[in-house]
Amino acid sequence: MEHKEPHMTDLESSLKTHARSLMESLECGNFSGAIEVIHDLNKARDQGLYHEVGKLTRELHNSIVNFQVDLSGSHAAEVSEISDASERLNYVVRMTEKAANRTMDLVEESAPLVNEIGSESRALSADWARFMRREVGADEFRELAKRIESFLEQSDRDSSKLSAHLNDILLAQDFQDLTGQVIKRVTSMVTEVEQNLLKLVCMASQIDRYTGIQHDHDELRAEQKQQKEPSRGEGPQIHADKREDVVSGQVDVDDLLSSLGF
Amino acid sequence: MKILIVDDFSTMRRIIKNLLRDLGFTNTAEADDGVTALPMLQSGSFDFLVTDWNMPGMTGIDLLRAVRADERLKQLPVLMVTAEAKRDQIIEAAQAGVNGYVVKPFTAQVLKEKIDKIFERVNG
Repeated sequence: MEHKEPHMTDLESSLKTHARSLMESLECGNFSGAIEVIHDLNKARDQGLYHEVGKLTRELHNSIVNFQVDLSGSHAAEVSEISDASERLNYVVRMTEKAANRTMDLVEESAPLVNEIGSESRALSADWARFMRREVGADEFRELAKRIESFLEQSDRDSSKLSAHLNDILLAQDFQDLTGQVIKRVTSMVTEVEQNLLKLVCMASQIDRYTGIQHDHDELRAEQKQQKEPSRGEGPQIHADKREDVVSGQVDVDDLLSSLGF
Repeated sequence: MKILIVDDFSTMRRIIKNLLRDLGFTNTAEADDGVTALPMLQSGSFDFLVTDWNMPGMTGIDLLRAVRADERLKQLPVLMVTAEAKRDQIIEAAQAGVNGYVVKPFTAQVLKEKIDKIFERVNG
């Protein structure tokens, strides 16, 4: 039994030597020797396999540590990077939702003020025009003067309210800075995870090489295709302008629908 | 005119509700996916349905199919307002019997145009 852990190259050279001695044994008619060589071959292959599995396990462990995924559950207080990322993205959802609602609240509060100023100024303009044409009597003029005075006061109050609302709408956009930072961090984490996953895939392919496992890539792809459910929806398309199968705006949608007879 | 707005995001429902109010449609109700929307439609004498596509539970396309399969609802005008922008999906919605299709992000003008067009056709 060899104790030295064979390297990739060690295994390969050992396979070559064994193959040669197997041929020699067979040519000499030394069958028991040949069987022994086959046995040694198996041993060498197994050892290479054990070595690779061992390496894979170690690297897997390192990768898990890199991911900071808490598998043991004993460090419940320590948040893993993945669940931390989910937390951060939830924060983005909360912040954007809050900002959208705050903005809509302010718009909904502002709209009636603007409408009121508009309708009252239209009504006053009409009466003012009548006054300029000398169609307004003294009593009615006193009434008109009172309405103008209260309109001016009201406009002053409403315009300060509106300007405060506009300011608040501006301030409600401050989420962009915070969520932008959070998303950038999560993006860099995802890239890191992707690189680690890629390493795992490379390791797994080495194992495949040693064990001679062959994957049917076409079948895998077909399986993946089947798993996609088009009716679930895909969400917003990010590179709509670069893709043929995606519309790039409402004009495209209308063209497509009218080509279908809509 | 009673309109049901179906979207899983409350902010989007609110935007659509506000735009509809500006267009003079004040009688609106909201649902957050097809599962809650369908029974509302079945019991609630709605005249118009505005729905998103991508929602948990029942999607908008499945809701559209359920509406078209329901004897009492199959004439209901349906406007899809969605981020789904694949040609295949738009064709799928058209084949399922959608009356209009608006891709997000959209403008108040586009929403108004599509609604006007739908009612022109329904009334004409």
